[in-house]
Amino acid sequence: MSASGLAAQFTELVLAVLLAPLLTGWVNQCRAWLQNRSAPGLLQPYRVLAKLFRKEVVLAHNASPLFRTAPYLIFGCLALAAAIVPTLGTDLPLNAAADAIALVGLLALTRFFTALAGMDVGTAFGSMGARREMMVGFLAEPALLMVLFTASLISQSTSLSTIVETIAHRELVIYPSLAFAGVAFTMVSLAENGRIPVDNPATHLELTMIHEAMLLEYSGRHLAMIEWAASLKLFVYSCVGIALFFPFGVPPGGDALGIVLALPVLAAKLAVGGVALALIELVSAKMRIFRAPEFMGSAFLLAVLAMLVHALLES
Amino acid sequence: MLQHYGPQVINLLAAVLLLLAFAMLAQRRILSLINLFAAQGLVLFLATALVAALTGQTHLYWSAGVTLLLKVLLLPWILHRLIRRLNVKWDVETLLNIPTTMLVGIVLVILAFNVAAPISELAGTVTRSTLGIALACVLLSFLMMITRSKAVPQVVGFLSMENGLFFAATAAVYGMPMVVELGVALDVLVAALILGVFVFQIRERFDSVDTRHLENLKER
Repeated sequence: MSASGLAAQFTELVLAVLLAPLLTGWVNQCRAWLQNRSAPGLLQPYRVLAKLFRKEVVLAHNASPLFRTAPYLIFGCLALAAAIVPTLGTDLPLNAAADAIALVGLLALTRFFTALAGMDVGTAFGSMGARREMMVGFLAEPALLMVLFTASLISQSTSLSTIVETIAHRELVIYPSLAFAGVAFTMVSLAENGRIPVDNPATHLELTMIHEAMLLEYSGRHLAMIEWAASLKLFVYSCVGIALFFPFGVPPGGDALGIVLALPVLAAKLAVGGVALALIELVSAKMRIFRAPEFMGSAFLLAVLAMLVHALLES
Repeated sequence: MLQHYGPQVINLLAAVLLLLAFAMLAQRRILSLINLFAAQGLVLFLATALVAALTGQTHLYWSAGVTLLLKVLLLPWILHRLIRRLNVKWDVETLLNIPTTMLVGIVLVILAFNVAAPISELAGTVTRSTLGIALACVLLSFLMMITRSKAVPQVVGFLSMENGLFFAATAAVYGMPMVVELGVALDVLVAALILGVFVFQIRERFDSVDTRHLENLKER
């Protein structure tokens, strides 16, 4: 562990937490442009967060302490997940402690607490949302693991730093298995972030909503934390996607100059990713909820295929 | 540059071919199915042309050209015309539900990879590792023919099976002799035309192109 590594780790964490709403704002803006609407400002998510932090918290009478602590737990888990993913340098102190499997575990923990908090007050919508979220989650998680395992097989390590270093800094090799894994990962991240083919983050229609249904009882700063965590989740998934499939431009060590140089590259990649997400959401239609298992099943099969193709073509 | 990255790009194209085979297996819309078939033809064309450039086998350029002309342009056009004249835009009906079909598909891929492994050991071509993928594409197209109940998806499955065979020939021995290739290409074209007529006949007889009606032909 070095001082520059610590600096890279700290910069990365602070940047992720501060910039995550900006990414959400950018995706919303792109989506509005593509749909020929006038777009909300790029800073709109920050304004929403500021508004929610000023508002009073209204709690149900039977809300347990779990209901009140869940937003902070969820936010903490996702902040930690954001710190694990190497975006600005590969020499991160946290990387020794947590690898790709720990990352999936952290994401599972956030889902678990979101679902528990959704059921805590005992409203019908909360339980329904929690059930649906778990239904999507239990299929998305193995697919995500398989995607990460494919990348791990290529680099012979489950550490995300090693994966990035193998793909970005060794001799350029074309990995066909990553093409499969990339498609599977896109499907998983669409489902996990509640984006359009599976869920619509802008809807509050009771028949279709998944993620929003669990948050209906939240208000004030709790809701702000959860909204912020949702942006952070999108940010984490984008960064994992960049780390696995387009890690070029991440500096090998963790020195200050490298971090400064890696920043505009990361910003450009995230901006392109945001446009791609908006495009996917534009061209696809929301699925019936019972199609979601089939969607996630396809993602899982593609991830398995990625491993098979790796065994056939790259070993 | 070409000698170094060429085989890797061929591997990538082979993987895309397998991806498209799975996409066809999961596809419910008939129009998208035909577009996927055209995309598969395009990938096959690129792969064949690249193998030709890598190995200097000029006859492969010809077969790549035939692929482009026949499978990317002519056959999709014929199929589009066919479904326009049949006026069918329905969702494809499957006999097995799609997730089960995909699972069976995975099993087939594992089988194909294992069966092809000893054969590709013997082959001396730069593309030998893709033989398993080619075999998997053939089996997946075959699965698609079995699990679809309407005639047009079955025709598309037949044509995409030929794509897989063609790729297998390129992967194992740098393509078949030109005479055989032209013969097969002509065969496929004629088959598509005949099957087109056949589909019309089925519809005229039963007011539907569901091939399950063919089982009712016996006298009562």
